Amino acid sequence: MNRLLSYEEKDTWLHHLSGITKLIFFIVWCFTSALTYDTRVLLVMIAISAALYVMSKTEWRQVSTVFKFVMFFMVVNLVAIFLFSPYQGTEIYGTKTVLAPLFPGHAITREELFYLFNVLIKYFTVVPSVFIFMVTTDPSEFAASMNHIGIPYTGAYSVSLALRYIPDVQADYHRIRNAQEARGIEMSSKAKLTDRIRRTSSIIFPLLFSAMEHIDVVSNAMELRGFGKKKRRTWYAYRKMKRADVAVLILTAVFSAAALVITFADGNRFWNPWV
Amino acid sequence: MDPIISFKDFSFQYRSQQEPSLSHINLNIYPGEKILITGPSGCGKSTLAHCINALNPCSFSGKTSGSLLVDGVVPEKEGVFGMSKRVGTVLQDTNGQFIGLTVAEDLAFALENDATPQDEMFRKVDRVADIVDMKHFLRHSPSALSGGQKQRVSMGGVLVDDVKILLFDEPLANLDPATGKNTIALIDDICRREDVTVVIIEHRVEDVLYRDVDRIVVVDDGKIVADDHPDRLLCTDVLSRTGVREPLYVTAVKHAGCTIDPADHPQHIESMNLAPYQDKIRAWFATTTLPVRENHAPYALEVENLSFAYDPEEPVLQNISFRIRKGEMVSVVGKNGAGKSTLASLILGFYQPQSGKILLNGEDISPLSVRERGERIGLVMQSPEQMISKPMIAEEVGLGLQVRGVPADEIERRVNDTLRICGLYPMRHWPVSALSFGQKKRVSIASILVLNPEIIILDEPTAGQDFRHYTEIMEFLRKLNRELGLTIIMITHDMHLMLEYTDRAIVLADGQLLTDDTPARVLTNESVSDRAYLKKTSLYDLAVKCGFDRPDEFVDRFIAFEREQRDAGILHGNGAEIGAFNGAEARREKDTAEETAGGIA
Repeated sequence: MNRLLSYEEKDTWLHHLSGITKLIFFIVWCFTSALTYDTRVLLVMIAISAALYVMSKTEWRQVSTVFKFVMFFMVVNLVAIFLFSPYQGTEIYGTKTVLAPLFPGHAITREELFYLFNVLIKYFTVVPSVFIFMVTTDPSEFAASMNHIGIPYTGAYSVSLALRYIPDVQADYHRIRNAQEARGIEMSSKAKLTDRIRRTSSIIFPLLFSAMEHIDVVSNAMELRGFGKKKRRTWYAYRKMKRADVAVLILTAVFSAAALVITFADGNRFWNPWV
Repeated sequence: MDPIISFKDFSFQYRSQQEPSLSHINLNIYPGEKILITGPSGCGKSTLAHCINALNPCSFSGKTSGSLLVDGVVPEKEGVFGMSKRVGTVLQDTNGQFIGLTVAEDLAFALENDATPQDEMFRKVDRVADIVDMKHFLRHSPSALSGGQKQRVSMGGVLVDDVKILLFDEPLANLDPATGKNTIALIDDICRREDVTVVIIEHRVEDVLYRDVDRIVVVDDGKIVADDHPDRLLCTDVLSRTGVREPLYVTAVKHAGCTIDPADHPQHIESMNLAPYQDKIRAWFATTTLPVRENHAPYALEVENLSFAYDPEEPVLQNISFRIRKGEMVSVVGKNGAGKSTLASLILGFYQPQSGKILLNGEDISPLSVRERGERIGLVMQSPEQMISKPMIAEEVGLGLQVRGVPADEIERRVNDTLRICGLYPMRHWPVSALSFGQKKRVSIASILVLNPEIIILDEPTAGQDFRHYTEIMEFLRKLNRELGLTIIMITHDMHLMLEYTDRAIVLADGQLLTDDTPARVLTNESVSDRAYLKKTSLYDLAVKCGFDRPDEFVDRFIAFEREQRDAGILHGNGAEIGAFNGAEARREKDTAEETAGGIA
């Protein structure tokens, strides 16, 4: 069973960065991408994202499912924009160049197509950075750095604890579902939807009970080894901020500032190629 | 020398209970000793352990009286955290107690919580990884480890704290026999090298005695009933009287009518002096008979050249073929990950084989869906909690019929019939939550039986059960086998189960069928036992030492003898209880259930 977007240990400089650096980069990057509609800036961001993606040695199988899912939403998003506001592009760029009249009230315009193109490339600036963050960040190290920037360790630890036990719960779920199906409690698509909803109780309750047993053991085991004893704790997986981290943070700030300056130089978020 | 653990007239009563779980305990354990505490389920042995590490009364509230000193302090005052510096506890759930995302982090967990500087932490983790021999696995995640390896990590995880006492709560419960043996050896090595006192809570006495222990303490009904050197204790009948299984070779010598002398060192079969007993054992052997095992019934299940893999590079099962006749009781054995559960999943149709055929009564079942197979082959999971989803017993048992659209009056009739067979009829209107573990197990079996399957597959039917409950569950299955002609397949680690209750053992090792033979022959064959991570039975050593040239026949005769005695209701004094669960026991079990429940509240 391979989990979606899970961390995999590899030897690249991106893996060696601190989780916090990657988180800050990720937030600033998304923020910049959300603000700008400047096609030049977006294209540069795509180029950087693509380069980082290649350098992270992320394999297609790690991300393919999620990627397809995002692509599906992107298409829905683009179609919806076109259907509900076909002249959004005209409003933004102030001209109206009809390429093909579709039906009354909906014509394909050059401006709308350009606007949609901008929305599309925005997706491609953000998606790789999400992937890189998820597959190159060791959850334990991330919890450690969260704790170091002031998040209480009980909260920070719960993330890695969840990651630790999710696969166990998944395995339990499969086991219980199979056994109940053999008893005749069909949960596959062959059964009617209403029946399936009603029958989920026959999986949920056993799953809940075994999860409670789990929790009992885990909380005892943690207490017996002193979790929560002190106000502070150290982390085996903690990595100090290194020069590379500082460099990445500075470059991120510089790039983001430059991107915003270029974007807003002409007074709005858009870049108009026809002026 | 002063004792490191000292109970003086100590009693403990859980808040939720009427009676004390421990009463007037007097026990001294000295530094460097290795002690085995044993007794039947619910006898109070785990309660005793939890008093040492302060889980009682700090996490599970209750009342104490008398005095308890551990390493010079009172656990109750010190609290769970304080005691964790002195007492390292290894719980029985090897997976559940693995907290870190990797081996290294789990080993470091206690150090992290103690805010140990990182470089010191690295050093200590490396040191304990060395002690428990997990150095090459530091970056592994728990899912990539076997049960035995996880247990090594648990041991390391408490050793990093430089504890003085190591407390093992049923360390053998989830392990295959060979891994269990390695665990006992490792505990012994640590005890010798690291200057710690070791307390092992376990009802599998023979397996713990693979290495020397200094004393065995027997607890029954909240009291200490024996506390003696193993050599002396094994000569008495205190184990069998309290419902704990004696080492098989000791039982065999006693069956032969011998009184064992402590001077002959019965602690290990390898070093026991058998000379005084050989004649009697031979004489006894001559009086026993070999069971007749002839079954010419048609085949119920035939598996032909079955292969399966999730990933073509790593086959899980390769070319498995075997046949099981109607009415047989068969065990499927082998180490963890040998493919036993996968085999069951293929038979039940959860997965599709890459090649090969499965025939039920001579008919290929590949076109049948999971649900259709489920009507003819029932699966009972290891823990009844994993199957039970309805609050009331009758409802739970009838669920499989209800979803199949069987009319209400027929459901009621069939449910009642099944409950009668399972001895649950008087409780049919009870909520499931009021039942003991053994009764819940029967409910989960009843909910499968109600569908009238021809074959029933049980996954570890006796895991974690003490001798009394083991006997109860197994005698019940045997009754179903004999009275209903049900074919029963059991996936198990338990060598006693395969010896005592199955006609045949299908042995898997690394995805291949290693052998398909009588359990006695499997467990007297060293190379088969080794490859399948089983442990050859001590009866084999006894037979060899007494000069029998067919050890497997000796084993078979021994089992047959025990069988006769059990059927006559005279063995271990608990034969009569079987089947009819008596009230007192049900109550006791319920108390045990509440002990656990009380902890969550």
